[in-house]
Amino acid sequence: MTSVRIAGVGMTPFDSHPERTGRELFGSASNEAIDDSNVPRGDIDALFYGNFMGAFAEGQNHQGPLMADAAGLSVPATRFESACTSSGVAVREAVSKIRGGEADVLLVGGMERMTNEPTSFVTEALATAGDELYEGRAGMTFPGAYALMANAYFAEHGATRADLAEIAVKNHAHALENELAQYQREISVDDVLEAPLVADPIGVYDASPITDGASAAVLVSDEYARERDLDAPVSITGTGQGTDQLALQDRASLTRTPAAERAAEEAYADASIGPDDVDLAEVHDCFTIAEVLALESLGFYDRGTGYQAARDGETTRDGDLPVNLSGGLKAKGHPVGATGTAQIVELTKLLRGDHVNSDAVSDAETAITHNAGGTVASVTVHVLEVVA
Amino acid sequence: MSEPRTAFDSFVDALAAGEGYFLECSNGHASLPPRHVCPDCGDASLERRSLPERGEVESHTIIRVPAPQFEADAPYPLAIASFGPVRLTGRLENVDPDGGDVEVGLPVAVDVRETDDHRFVVFTPQ
Repeated sequence: MTSVRIAGVGMTPFDSHPERTGRELFGSASNEAIDDSNVPRGDIDALFYGNFMGAFAEGQNHQGPLMADAAGLSVPATRFESACTSSGVAVREAVSKIRGGEADVLLVGGMERMTNEPTSFVTEALATAGDELYEGRAGMTFPGAYALMANAYFAEHGATRADLAEIAVKNHAHALENELAQYQREISVDDVLEAPLVADPIGVYDASPITDGASAAVLVSDEYARERDLDAPVSITGTGQGTDQLALQDRASLTRTPAAERAAEEAYADASIGPDDVDLAEVHDCFTIAEVLALESLGFYDRGTGYQAARDGETTRDGDLPVNLSGGLKAKGHPVGATGTAQIVELTKLLRGDHVNSDAVSDAETAITHNAGGTVASVTVHVLEVVA
Repeated sequence: MSEPRTAFDSFVDALAAGEGYFLECSNGHASLPPRHVCPDCGDASLERRSLPERGEVESHTIIRVPAPQFEADAPYPLAIASFGPVRLTGRLENVDPDGGDVEVGLPVAVDVRETDDHRFVVFTPQ
């Protein structure tokens, strides 16, 4: 299978950017990615772009052409929407297009602007990623849905809030030196446990923050990279996508995410690797419980045991399988439409050796992303490998 | 009032009247309306079956930060409860507002509440 090279990556700081509109954020991230790639702008064939709530936040749909313009491109441009995996889906479609020989150079990315609206408004916008009839009308919120998954997990497997708190503590510790991260400060288990509750048992510190930001990457075919003699040592060697029923109530289990299991299985097979080959992962920890479910669905932990990973130091910086060395969504921030490509950006730098945390994984060759939309009704998984 | 009624509205009407139902395809898969086909197998033959009167809480939470339209109600307990082969999402009524007396497995009945702005499913402990 042809691999797809990551020629360049770029990302704005994930933070509150009240002075920058969406087009400015994406213009900045995409320009950085194009500069990093050394690919002439004119060689870019198309833009695959992810955004979730532009109509809510900026009264702006139809962002494909707007963002092509912001990137200085006049090429076919399409916006993908799959809630929090909007740009994950954009990456997957771009990989498929390059592999199929229909394009040699594609710009992928995503952007979300969220902090310009009050929390209650963002809560409403995020809730639209669930089932409007059966969940939205009952007053379900996005943290509420994950709270239902967490309580069901607690009842089934005996995990506690303190176990989940270890995940938030770990991801904050990972982000300490990451200048692109929204939170660069240490927190303790007590801080997490004493923070106000959003939806029991999920507290403020169990949840990823509301964030503005954009991310982008330039993907090229192997052939193009060779011809241009590009310095692009990291490839996307596997891609997978899974879908589940939108409403949590319709799932066979509240404590499993089969869409992620299917996406992982497909991505592993595509890259001809298995979970044991993975050296590090960036997973979708929109809430602490989400990281637990991700670790189990990616095959790193048996069902009902993933909650022990952070507590036992296995997924920390010095552990066997560092997870969310960027700080994850929890500490890096979660501008939803930008998160999928941001995972690619962070892992590319970690594998290339130019990330502030690269020294923690200096021998790493294989990494995986897990990017989930809604309550894991949409998932994309990508395998990244150092190939040269 | 002659606003168009959707299939979902009719379903909630039936719940409110104590005549809740679910759909069953000819292969025995259960689902909730509106449906053209069974989500499990695509079978287009869907028959109404009575919803069991008693359900069981499968998980619960307390929503403390709601969307703007529910701000007056917050905090409110919310649950997913199973009724035979299907599950519903609704508010819990007649329970401790801090959820102290709610446990997985709590038996509940289903009903519907209506306010000025919206109508929603509720569960009452049995």
